[in-house]
Amino acid sequence: MLAQLLTFAWNAPSIDYHALAPEIIVAVTIVVLILLDAFTGERSRWASSSVAGIGLLVALIPIATLAYDGVNRVMFGGGFVVDNYALILQALFLVAGYIVILLSTNYIAEGDYHEGEYYTLLLSSILGMMVMASARDLISIFIALELVSIPAYMLAAWRKRDQKSNEAGLKYYLMGVFASAILLYGMSLIFGITGSTLLVDIGAELGSYVSSQPIITLGIAFVLIGFAFKVSAVPFHQWAPDTYEGAPTPVTSFLAVASKAAGFVAILNVLFIGFYERHDVWEPLMWVLAALSMTVGNLIALRQTNVVRMLAYSGIAQAGYILAPLAVAGATLGTGSEALRSIVVYLLIYAGMNLGAFAVVLAVARKTRSGDIKSFGGLFSYAPALTVCMTIFLFSLAGIPPAAGWFAKLSIFSSLASAGSASGYVLAVIVGLNSVIAFGYYGRLIRVMWMDEAPDGDRTPIKVPASLSFALIITVAVTLVWGVFPGALTHFTDQVNLFSLLR
Amino acid sequence: MKDFLNSWGISLMVFLPLVGALAMLVVPKAKEQFHKVVALAASLVVGFIGILLMTNFDYDASGSLQFVIDKAWIPIINSRYIVGIDGISLPMIALTLLIVPLCIIYSWNRFPEPKNPKAFLILILILETGMLGTFVSQDLILFFVFFEVVLLPMYFMIGVWGGEKRQYASLKFFLYTLFGSALMIVAFLALYFLSDPIEVGGQLMHSFDMRILPELATGISTGAALWIFGGMFMGFGIKVPMFPFHTWLPDAHTQAPTVGSVILAAVLLKLGTYGFIRIAIPILPSAAEKWAPFIGLLAVIGIIYGALCCLAQSDMKRLIAFSSVSHMGFVMLGIATLTTFGFQAAIFGMVAHGLITGLLFFVAGSTKDRYHTLDISRLGGMLKSMPHMGWILGFSVMASLGLPGLAGFWGEFPAILSAYNPGLGLNVAFFRVLMVIAAVGTVLAASYLLWMYQRVGFGVPTKEYEDDPHLHDVTFTEWLAWTPILVLIVVLGFMPNIIFKVTDGAVERTIAIVNGLGG
Repeated sequence: MLAQLLTFAWNAPSIDYHALAPEIIVAVTIVVLILLDAFTGERSRWASSSVAGIGLLVALIPIATLAYDGVNRVMFGGGFVVDNYALILQALFLVAGYIVILLSTNYIAEGDYHEGEYYTLLLSSILGMMVMASARDLISIFIALELVSIPAYMLAAWRKRDQKSNEAGLKYYLMGVFASAILLYGMSLIFGITGSTLLVDIGAELGSYVSSQPIITLGIAFVLIGFAFKVSAVPFHQWAPDTYEGAPTPVTSFLAVASKAAGFVAILNVLFIGFYERHDVWEPLMWVLAALSMTVGNLIALRQTNVVRMLAYSGIAQAGYILAPLAVAGATLGTGSEALRSIVVYLLIYAGMNLGAFAVVLAVARKTRSGDIKSFGGLFSYAPALTVCMTIFLFSLAGIPPAAGWFAKLSIFSSLASAGSASGYVLAVIVGLNSVIAFGYYGRLIRVMWMDEAPDGDRTPIKVPASLSFALIITVAVTLVWGVFPGALTHFTDQVNLFSLLR
Repeated sequence: MKDFLNSWGISLMVFLPLVGALAMLVVPKAKEQFHKVVALAASLVVGFIGILLMTNFDYDASGSLQFVIDKAWIPIINSRYIVGIDGISLPMIALTLLIVPLCIIYSWNRFPEPKNPKAFLILILILETGMLGTFVSQDLILFFVFFEVVLLPMYFMIGVWGGEKRQYASLKFFLYTLFGSALMIVAFLALYFLSDPIEVGGQLMHSFDMRILPELATGISTGAALWIFGGMFMGFGIKVPMFPFHTWLPDAHTQAPTVGSVILAAVLLKLGTYGFIRIAIPILPSAAEKWAPFIGLLAVIGIIYGALCCLAQSDMKRLIAFSSVSHMGFVMLGIATLTTFGFQAAIFGMVAHGLITGLLFFVAGSTKDRYHTLDISRLGGMLKSMPHMGWILGFSVMASLGLPGLAGFWGEFPAILSAYNPGLGLNVAFFRVLMVIAAVGTVLAASYLLWMYQRVGFGVPTKEYEDDPHLHDVTFTEWLAWTPILVLIVVLGFMPNIIFKVTDGAVERTIAIVNGLGG
């Protein structure tokens, strides 16, 4: 036994450095950031945000070359795969991370927070997400998830003299750990049944159990519930609004977009590769989670007075839309691929429009120092450009063409309809009704910006720092271009497939 | 020339307003004159392209799509950029091309509070792109996108430039239509997945192409078709608006600025009826046959209910809004008969209603500018204080109540008549009952319109406005904006064939599809 273990340990895996290059670059950047912070002192602290941003952009280069290469690279006995699916999501995490850095630059520098540590943690979390996109093994998924989460707990509590921020961090931490525990328990059950942590093996094993075994059901349910906490699906969402409100706004945007996307990626990995054959177990679960998330999220969002809380609940509702295709994904392999593609499309578009909305919130808060929806009153009269940007993002979130959100929603509808089952159509109608409810609060914010008077009549223009403007330009461009030419997006997402590993 | 129009004409017409809007976007809003000139020029150039298209249109083949452009757009779902014009869309496009420049001229020096001509005119131009795009689209997804694009500018126009309760009205308008279109898009997708696939580049794919969908959709089971039609019915019916879903309309019309009301009445409502004629009925004729009695019933309820509501109104604009509900009921009745005659009447009714109600809203807006109220009981003696305007109001009232010799007649009368002999296997007795009730509606229409005209036009001005210096007669810009409409109402009244001839071929084709595949 010992000998066996030893020989295994000596058997060094062959490493494809090209495939790992994006992760390696980000890891090196993290090291550089730590060294920079440790040895250069106060004078060059400003450099850390630039270094972090450049590191992320450089990491996009190997992603491009890998995508051009077009070969699926499988490593570590199948536990780590670099394919189109992984690449497109890694690109999403890198770009989203870059935009978050743009949003953070002024906020963190002016707030006199610890810049070096901030960017180190941010990049660690992004590194975790990138690993998540490639992880095809329960253990590597778990490690990736913790690498995403633990830095995020600290980031949420970054404004340490603010009670709300402390509350945000603590709540997020406790809930996160709780979710991890449930997740681990589920994973251990699955491992107990199948005898493997490799998703491909799990898939093959679970498929061979014809009858429904309570342990399998329990294992799958626990794993999915663990991830449901991460993506803040109802009824596992309670931490999100408080955490989002209390955390520094750039961190909130990071949690709401990148961290949530990582949770979805984890769900996609385990569902499509590991649990696909047991769709009788997870389909109803996803149906209920999706319907509840969108309905409860939207209804509570209607009553919010704080813009960040409103976006938090809107994010919960959006999570419901994203989960919806999974409720029918098991019907046929075709429906499954359709569902996978529509979710990837949604995640990409969601990242663009939601980060943009947070960028505007940040810009406005620089002047008003408030997150109250009323503080947006009369924005059109003194900041027309910001108003138009925010309007585009809100219409996109509401799914109204020509902003990109419509195509995201169309993809969801389309994959629900493609199943051709009554449950799919019913869920599609629920999504449709929810879009109407959602416009109630998106429309209210638009109304406040365009039609109300500025509170206390203060109409001094807003100075938008260069980094924020740049983030806005990127997000607006993405939102409009993808909305008018969805082909530019589907050209890439078309290639996404997780079933190639199965058979 | 012809080649150029064939490959670029429609795209140019649809997107030129957007180019104008972009040009205006970069110029500061203080240069009001620049914005007005650019907006008018853009809409006139668009109109000119439209005229070129219409003169090059082959009227003998009005049943087939012309100037077709067919390009890849979203390959993964096989949704394409397909646009084209045939005899059904041509009158609608002409109406849009006419109304938009008139609206810009009308608002030349009377932008409603809070002014800002730049934003206002940009919205009108975006609106024009949306409306034209909807009428030329031949792909369901493309249609849906344009259909929705129209919402945004209208929402802002009502919400920012509207009356007292503008925020409520704009949100109500938006939520109602959004609700309809959410169900509509689900219906479109269900249609897409249930229809037969075609071969595209060696691959079997479903299609959103409206031109071939009638053929592809024959295999859909009756039950599914009924549901799909129901989804479309919600989308289009709310836009029309049909009886139980009409409540957004009076609020939106009353609160919208004059130009907003005009565009809403003249073109936006037609998007719904156009959708029925173009999409819902030809693609799912068998479901349409099952739904037709229900649609006919709601249409007639709309006619009577709208007319009764008119009788109870004290606000002139609100009265005109409810008269819209009533008039659109006639259009829907014509459509519900599923006959060539009924469709022809419906399309004529759409154009006529667009011109007449548009004019009525123009006059109402000008009345409000002068009296600062639209409360019918406070108005009076318009013929005395402002004879020209009084006559124009009288003229449009006569046209609206369907006086023979004016355009309104050819919309209502044939629609009623068509119900005498409904198509396919529709229940004749039922439709004849509907016909009789609809005919009663015309009497009601005459009574509320004449009642309104008597109170506003006849008599002597009330004390309040006896020597009001604001009461000046029709101004130059108003003449400019109204004359084309006045002329058209008369011309179409005497020569309805101008439109009937254009629509004939296309309607024949549509009904042939309905009869060939339905029943």
